[in-house]
Amino acid sequence: MLNQFGSLGRAMLDRLAGIGRAGGVVWQSLVAKPTPVVMFPLLLKQIYFVGVLSLVIIIVSGLFIGMVLGLQGYTILVDYGSEQAVGQMVALSLVRELAPVVTALLFAGRAGSALTAEIGLMKATEQLSSLEMIGVDPLRRIVAPRLWAGFICMPVLAIIFAMVGIWGGALVSIEWLGIFEGSFWSNMQNSVDFSEDVLNGVIKAIVFGIVVTWIAVFQGYDCVPTSEGISQATTRTVVYSSLAVLALDFILTALMFGDL
Amino acid sequence: MSINNSLESIIDIRGLGFSRGARQIFRHVDMKIPRGKITAIMGPSGTGKTTLLKLIGGQLRPDAGYVKIDGLDVHRISRQQLFTLRERMGMLFQSGALFTDMSVYENVAFPIKVHTELPEDMIRDIVLLKLQAVGLRGARDLMPSELSGGMARRVALARAIALDPDIVMYDEPFTGQDPIAKGVLVNLIRKINQALGHTSIIVSHDIQETMSIADYIYLLSDGQVIASGTPQALLSDKTDQVQQFMQGLPDGPVPFHFSDDDMLEDLCAQEKR
Repeated sequence: MLNQFGSLGRAMLDRLAGIGRAGGVVWQSLVAKPTPVVMFPLLLKQIYFVGVLSLVIIIVSGLFIGMVLGLQGYTILVDYGSEQAVGQMVALSLVRELAPVVTALLFAGRAGSALTAEIGLMKATEQLSSLEMIGVDPLRRIVAPRLWAGFICMPVLAIIFAMVGIWGGALVSIEWLGIFEGSFWSNMQNSVDFSEDVLNGVIKAIVFGIVVTWIAVFQGYDCVPTSEGISQATTRTVVYSSLAVLALDFILTALMFGDL
Repeated sequence: MSINNSLESIIDIRGLGFSRGARQIFRHVDMKIPRGKITAIMGPSGTGKTTLLKLIGGQLRPDAGYVKIDGLDVHRISRQQLFTLRERMGMLFQSGALFTDMSVYENVAFPIKVHTELPEDMIRDIVLLKLQAVGLRGARDLMPSELSGGMARRVALARAIALDPDIVMYDEPFTGQDPIAKGVLVNLIRKINQALGHTSIIVSHDIQETMSIADYIYLLSDGQVIASGTPQALLSDKTDQVQQFMQGLPDGPVPFHFSDDDMLEDLCAQEKR
């Protein structure tokens, strides 16, 4: 019995120490004298790897999710004779929920896992130690540009996801199902509020971007530098990020829309 | 009088203790690394030779004692001061640790670009000189994945000496190298040390190669220094532990078997179950 309490305590202490280390990594990476001449090219490179290379998966997923929403929305709303409101439904679902959440999940799978594996492999091949011994802080050189790139790219990707999704919904609803174009767009325009819906969706995407990127780079930086350790860290990135995104989505939704 | 007492030391290690979890790596290590000489740290695998280099470089923190470089306690200075101190150090990692997204030229140029504001043409001259010194000027455009293990280590050596550091640490430079590459590395380390006059610390268990270039040797075992002296002094040391290591005897004070349990008891325990 006492041993079980002991193990529980040790596990809790390990978790707390992990949170402390994760905080330390972000603090030491981001809080330092700005060096834009060095950082900007590194940031651009990471924006390309983290953001631009994620575009295809985001656009394709956004398109199909928008199309499915249009189709499902139509089949439900047509029973009540409200199929003209399908545009409103597609836009609100995407802007408030699906764009930030699905983008964050896809981002964790594509970019997050790649960040963890890359940093983990750099640790295993002593490239991080090598940087340290050259007198370059790996947190500033390797971790910081990746963190900023994730923070910047995630909201932009979510906005692109929402735009493509709405276009996919419009394609199905207007072109295939024959909903009147004017009512589709005007219903959407009347019901989607910029600060209530669009801004809140973007805030969610920013929060998810910070959390997913933070988890990804920390897991890479803190992993056991072996092939098994990197594999476990990559898995942890996807699992922890997905759970964190879904839990945070509930909390943020309750805070943003709970009183409606 | 031994060489490390007669010469001015650049690195001073006193009462160093270090553990990984429950396993104690160092109990009480005292060392003085003489300035401008080649000092070798030798010992059986798993004695913490690489760990000692990481402690000297400030990548690990000791549980007890201190490491001072030119009077500066490596583990008591600020992070910024530590990174400034590391500009005076070069380290050749066992794996080479080249940056895989950079070419050979960019790898060697990296420390110069980061720490100096020299114009590009001057950086080019320095890089080509360093690559010429290791015989790889012609490989400047290759990527690390295109290099053999020996070549990668020579590029890493060129990078380690790019800023003409005061101290160069070599982590197992001869391990996994063919005889020709070993010979090349031995010559390079000796020549570079003579030409640049820096302090070299070699961590190795390759006795022949290390003995041929070291001015002074520390022999580590069981968490402490068991012997130290010039290569000749160690060769004539009659202590069992020193003899076992220097002559490569399979069993002795450093046991062949990991566990000293009685084998018969171990086998019977299986049968009883």
